[in-house]
Amino acid sequence: MESLLVLVPLAAAMGSFLAPGRGIASWGFLTSLVIPALATGLALDVYHHGARRVSLGGWAEPLGIHLHMDGLSVIFLLMTALVGALVSIYSTFFFDRESARHFWPLWLLMWAGLNSLFMVSDVFNAYVVLELVTICAAALAVLSGKTESLQAGLRYLLVAMAGSLAFLMGVGFLYAETGMLDMFMQSGGLQGGPVTAAAFGLMTAGLIMKSALLPFHFWLPPAHGEAPAPVSALLSALVIKGSFFLLLRLWVGVFEPAGLTYHGAYVLGCLGVLAVLWGSYQALIQARLKLIIAYSSVAQVGYLFLMFPLLCTVPEAPWAEKAWAGGTYQAISHGLAKAALFLAAGNLILSTGTDRIHYMKNIASRLPMTTFTLGLAGISLMGLPPSGGFVAKWMFMQAILESGQWWWAVAPVLGGLLTAGYVFRILGHAFLLAEKEARMLPVPFVLEKIPLILALASILIGFRAEEVIFMLQEHMLWTVEWEDGP
Amino acid sequence: MNLNVWLPLLVLASSLFAGLIIFMLDESRSRLRTALNLFAAAFKVVAVHYMAYRLLVHGEVHEVGFSMGLGFEFLLKVDFLSLMFLALSSNLWLVTTLYAVGYLEGSPNRSRFFGFFSLCVTASTGIAMAGNLITFFIFYEFLTLTTYPLVVHRETRQALEAGRNYLWYTIGGGSVLFVGIVWLHVLAGPFDFTDTGVLEALDPAHYSTLIIIFALLIAGLGVKAALVPLHGWLPVAMIAPAPVSALLHAVAVVKAGAFGIVRVVFDVYDREFAAGLGLLEPLALVAAVTIVFGSVRALMQTDLKKRLAYSTVSQVSYITLGVAILAPFSTVAAIVHLVHQGIMKITLFFCAGNIAETLGLHSIKDLGGVGRRMPVTAICFTVAAFGMIGVPPVAGFVSKWYLGLGGMDAGREWVVGIMVLSSMLNAAYFLPVVKTIWFKTPQKKWKIQRVSRFEAPLTLLLPALATASMSLLAGLWAGWTWSPLGIAKQIATGMGALP
Repeated sequence: MESLLVLVPLAAAMGSFLAPGRGIASWGFLTSLVIPALATGLALDVYHHGARRVSLGGWAEPLGIHLHMDGLSVIFLLMTALVGALVSIYSTFFFDRESARHFWPLWLLMWAGLNSLFMVSDVFNAYVVLELVTICAAALAVLSGKTESLQAGLRYLLVAMAGSLAFLMGVGFLYAETGMLDMFMQSGGLQGGPVTAAAFGLMTAGLIMKSALLPFHFWLPPAHGEAPAPVSALLSALVIKGSFFLLLRLWVGVFEPAGLTYHGAYVLGCLGVLAVLWGSYQALIQARLKLIIAYSSVAQVGYLFLMFPLLCTVPEAPWAEKAWAGGTYQAISHGLAKAALFLAAGNLILSTGTDRIHYMKNIASRLPMTTFTLGLAGISLMGLPPSGGFVAKWMFMQAILESGQWWWAVAPVLGGLLTAGYVFRILGHAFLLAEKEARMLPVPFVLEKIPLILALASILIGFRAEEVIFMLQEHMLWTVEWEDGP
Repeated sequence: MNLNVWLPLLVLASSLFAGLIIFMLDESRSRLRTALNLFAAAFKVVAVHYMAYRLLVHGEVHEVGFSMGLGFEFLLKVDFLSLMFLALSSNLWLVTTLYAVGYLEGSPNRSRFFGFFSLCVTASTGIAMAGNLITFFIFYEFLTLTTYPLVVHRETRQALEAGRNYLWYTIGGGSVLFVGIVWLHVLAGPFDFTDTGVLEALDPAHYSTLIIIFALLIAGLGVKAALVPLHGWLPVAMIAPAPVSALLHAVAVVKAGAFGIVRVVFDVYDREFAAGLGLLEPLALVAAVTIVFGSVRALMQTDLKKRLAYSTVSQVSYITLGVAILAPFSTVAAIVHLVHQGIMKITLFFCAGNIAETLGLHSIKDLGGVGRRMPVTAICFTVAAFGMIGVPPVAGFVSKWYLGLGGMDAGREWVVGIMVLSSMLNAAYFLPVVKTIWFKTPQKKWKIQRVSRFEAPLTLLLPALATASMSLLAGLWAGWTWSPLGIAKQIATGMGALP
């Protein structure tokens, strides 16, 4: 079942590449039927039976390749399946034939990459799939072929490549030190000397470049802002989460036990807070809707990095579970809400031909459903109850206050206010009466519904946090005693 | 499951689902929309009163809760205080719906308006029934979100400006409240409104933190309760349509803040404990300042709705003042004023809306001759205005009387001074309006905007008449066991404040 999560999109990618006929979208459509079912099955399995590990081809470690499935991976897999499936359906109606021919193979390949990224257990394979995702993402970003998007895409590619190389070098150092690649076995072999520190620094730097943490965020707004709407949705909701996921795995699983993370965690936390403030401020002053949403991603990714000072500075901290749940909830609710926002922006562009918010007058009456979507997704981003964003904020605030590191509270409190500022700036323009009726094209039914479903999902996951948090807290790989393990 | 569980859910669902269905209705289906609105509102009234009957007569507790997995329970629990607020909001929702149907006849975007209108009432009934601080907070924020589209309903630049202003205040207040609630949660764990004494049992080393948390909670709630200096949004939000202003000032936003303050002082901190921490003195001071300040500002306004808005700033703080004085009678006054202020203020807004809609008059100096042209509206306005001043036997007198008694009881004679001063100011800004309406001649030619058989369309007239009679009856029959005063006394007895 686990390997199917990778093989199905991979096969579909090949299929859509080899048979790019009229029915090219059906490859994507089929995948988006199969993957959510598989991911749900896997999630139920992990929920009931706990985290597990599979050796591919029956080779035992340290030689074979392993897949690891715990609460965290399952939740990311589910989020990817939901966003991926809905964006696929949206894309079916969105792209013309020429773009579809490029879009489907790249996106399906990226989907395979993302799925394996969330299950990967050794650092070298992590590098391989990370690279796969990066290349597909960069190619997707330039799909429209316009000059601006080519420039933005090239810049994205260069930064992401630099990040990958730094990561690869770190992998080399790590291997030199421990003689192992499996990240669940490495932490014991770390000496804590300069080699370990170099590996730690290089891998961290590489991954935060890809996750667009301030000050490496500069590539994100143009790349996400210029890409076609479904691609922006995928890049913002899923791709930056992939590298973040890996960073979290490495810090909590490998470097924290080795006692490396103490100062670094504070640095990442500070960068996160700055990202929240700077990204939100930039979102407040942008004139284009898609750029507002893109800068909002810079800010929202900042929240995620609050996890590190809360998780990695005090061993066995009693508030760690809350920080853990808060961060994960932030990642998934941001994924859903951000995909909804980008798709809704895509609808506005289809209808009015522009995403400059000054031209967006009167859409509250003309496109009520899209406006409603913007509002709902905005609620989740602001962290107002009851939504996924609220669960994240609630958990984070509890962890922050319990840990006594009260200064981190600046990010959720001030960040929430600034988020409200830009969300309601968009909605304010949407409500404004137009002096003269602008020409608006109707938006196809499905294209209006899909973002609404995503936005609703980002709200609804706030109602039942219990199972998710249970999975996050109980079924973690590092808390499981392996029968065959090291 | 039995009725004890179902009734609170039904009360919530009646307006929630009405709102959601109305969103989906086509703009042109105005009859169906009106029918649905009125049916839902009437259903809610019946359900609330049945629940009241079961609680008051049979002593059955209505309670429903489920875990959200976040270390707290989502809890709806109906106690006497909830019931008071529920009865107020369900009854006033019914009359305001009727009023809004008449008021917005023929205007655009009515589906959106009535949809959010229903959601807004859902939020305020949720606030009434919330069984713990976090559930309260969820509905409190929901209220902010659902009132925004109502405030900007007219879609003009001015309305959007007011909406933005409103949001900065309320969302800012919401974040401060959020920090306070999380902090309290971390310190004391989850607890319900009915678990008194949780905070008192904490280690005294935490008492200084509790003071900070109290300040955060009151600051967060004070934004909606329009405590000075957090009142700035209220007069600006006047740009909204009249039924929205009526609802905002009487049951929804302002009252949610005041109700929250009542909950925090009575049920979260417990009054005696709060007094012991020295928290009530500053609160009383803020309330007193707000009362006088609001009245003075009201005196300076020339626009009728603006004057009413500043009057709200002043009148709502009677509730806070009553809460902050440690005496049985002020407790009664605070609780009963939740209702009294609501019915009187909504009457005033209905009347102001009627005058503006029928004759196109907004400024106070133009109101001459209205008494002869629109006698019923003028009578309603006069009754409510006298109530605000505190003329017996209108409801407002009862509140002021008990507030003064409480002040004497607690040995705080200055409260009586504030009452006298405030009543004089109330008279100073309401009597000229009443005088102009009845005794002046028209200043300029009226632009008649609506022609109808009576002085105004019945949908606009009847609600005003209904709430004006309520204000009168609540004062006349104050001695009845089930009058607002009677129930307020029972609540105070239940808290051990009255023998």
